[in-house]
Amino acid sequence: MIISIASGKGGTGKTTVAVNLALSLKDAQYMDCDVEEPNGHLFLKPQIEDSISVGIPVPEVDKSRCTYCGECVRVCEFNAIVVIKQKVLIFPELCHGCGGCSYICPVGAIEEVEREIGIIEKGKAGNIEFVHGILNVGEPMAPPLIRTEKRFINNHKTVIIDSSPGTSCPVVQAVKGSDFCLLVTEPTPFGLNDLKLAVEMVRKLGIPLGLLINCSDIGDRKVWQYCETEKIPILLEIPADRRIAEAYSRGIPLLEELPENKKRFQELYYEIEKEGRRRENEATDCNQW
Amino acid sequence: MKQLTVISGKGGTGKTTITAAFAALAQNHVMADGDVDAADLHLILTPHIKRGKEFYGGRAPSLDKDKCDQCGICMEVCRFDAIHNFTRDPISCEGCGLCMHACPTGAIKMGEKLSGYWFISDTRFGPMVHARLGIAEENSGKLVTLVRQQARLIAEDENKDLIIIDGPPGIGCPVIAALTGVTLVLAVTEPTLSGIHDLERVLDVAKHFNVPAMVCVNKCDINPENTRKIEDYCQDKNIEVVGEIPYDPVVTKAMVERQALVEYDSGIVAEIIKKMWEKIEAKLQDGLKG
Repeated sequence: MIISIASGKGGTGKTTVAVNLALSLKDAQYMDCDVEEPNGHLFLKPQIEDSISVGIPVPEVDKSRCTYCGECVRVCEFNAIVVIKQKVLIFPELCHGCGGCSYICPVGAIEEVEREIGIIEKGKAGNIEFVHGILNVGEPMAPPLIRTEKRFINNHKTVIIDSSPGTSCPVVQAVKGSDFCLLVTEPTPFGLNDLKLAVEMVRKLGIPLGLLINCSDIGDRKVWQYCETEKIPILLEIPADRRIAEAYSRGIPLLEELPENKKRFQELYYEIEKEGRRRENEATDCNQW
Repeated sequence: MKQLTVISGKGGTGKTTITAAFAALAQNHVMADGDVDAADLHLILTPHIKRGKEFYGGRAPSLDKDKCDQCGICMEVCRFDAIHNFTRDPISCEGCGLCMHACPTGAIKMGEKLSGYWFISDTRFGPMVHARLGIAEENSGKLVTLVRQQARLIAEDENKDLIIIDGPPGIGCPVIAALTGVTLVLAVTEPTLSGIHDLERVLDVAKHFNVPAMVCVNKCDINPENTRKIEDYCQDKNIEVVGEIPYDPVVTKAMVERQALVEYDSGIVAEIIKKMWEKIEAKLQDGLKG
């Protein structure tokens, strides 16, 4: 089962939930897909065993063959290539690596070379199989790195995917293909606003979802009202607790500091499994109709 | 014209709360919400929308089924695995258009894609430009750039000398779009290991693009030791820690009431933010650049 953790808003406790859910299971794979700011390693302190450079193919022009016809410029949707008189300029940061320029070049003057955008590290944290991606600083494009990272999903394990905040391309790339998406929110106006966006995103992807309300005793009650109207199951509520915040600040997982919570996370997993199954059955029922 | 962007690296550190307070404190300025992906500033500034416009962030292919003879070349050339069974998965599709160029029967056309909306509004603290990226849409960096351009036009038109930009979290494309070319960046962080980790990365981004930075530590009393680590780190890098804000439930209360903190309360947190704003304003007035 692949469970992704998302939130819309940042700082609601995605990483705390993802890390502790992984710790409460016997056989989990934790995958940090927040490649812009990966944080899971600060808590799980994995032994890194393998590091893989990830690049995207960018064009390189063979000047001896190029006729400066400008076909490559015409096909590039991302303005990553420009021809000025007898010169071809390439802007690698804008290139998506689609290969259009090399495909179209009538004289075969374009070759593609890998340009590194980040790395993927794999390792072990106790029983947990650990994977994270780290985007290079100054690099705009996270999705290709996330796409490559997800090739390391181990289908024999319960996979926990930690995503970045928001609802745009990097988050979609992280959440896509999971069996269940757990959304984490805080019951504040910001939390609710961003939760609604996240719910819309997960529904668009057609993935069953549930909610975890963190710091459940702050803010107001509007998140509960919203969930009732939208029929979103609330799977766990965690009240604000200074001990949790302090442990977090020191990079200590909640379950290590307050082990009595282990059962709650195991129950959360059980609820997720049940909810995922229920949705599956519902879907089959629909098909029969 | 000066431009200030509030960023954080890590999400949820209080960027928007602090930006909203600055909106209340600043004079003669334009606000811009650069977090187009999960915009929240409007919840506090409750803008009155004067003008809304569509945002076309890129192009997308469409298929003319009558012309398609199902040769499958489009599937072969697509590097993003976006075409299956002659249907396109819009989420995987990057809009590169290679399928169109490769299609031997001319069955594929590229068309403009509506990716979101942007707005010019009035608020009780002056004009504001904000946007709403469609769910699961790309090109947030482009939309951030557009929001900043519009804010600039308003500032020029109305003789405003400052633009305050609420930035997105992370270090990727929207963040880069929100901080390139600004006068000053304020990085808001928390004294947690993840806060420090992400602060270091986002300060590197600011440095990479040659933008001077200041730092604010929010919830500084959650871990005084880490707060000191941040101070030391910043001192090493010659970056001023311009404010340290203790944890206070009043911040959430102000948010629930949809008020900027300095409007809602005049306690210690409000005082610290006011002092911090004075320092930032002075720094902006210095006209420092690069």
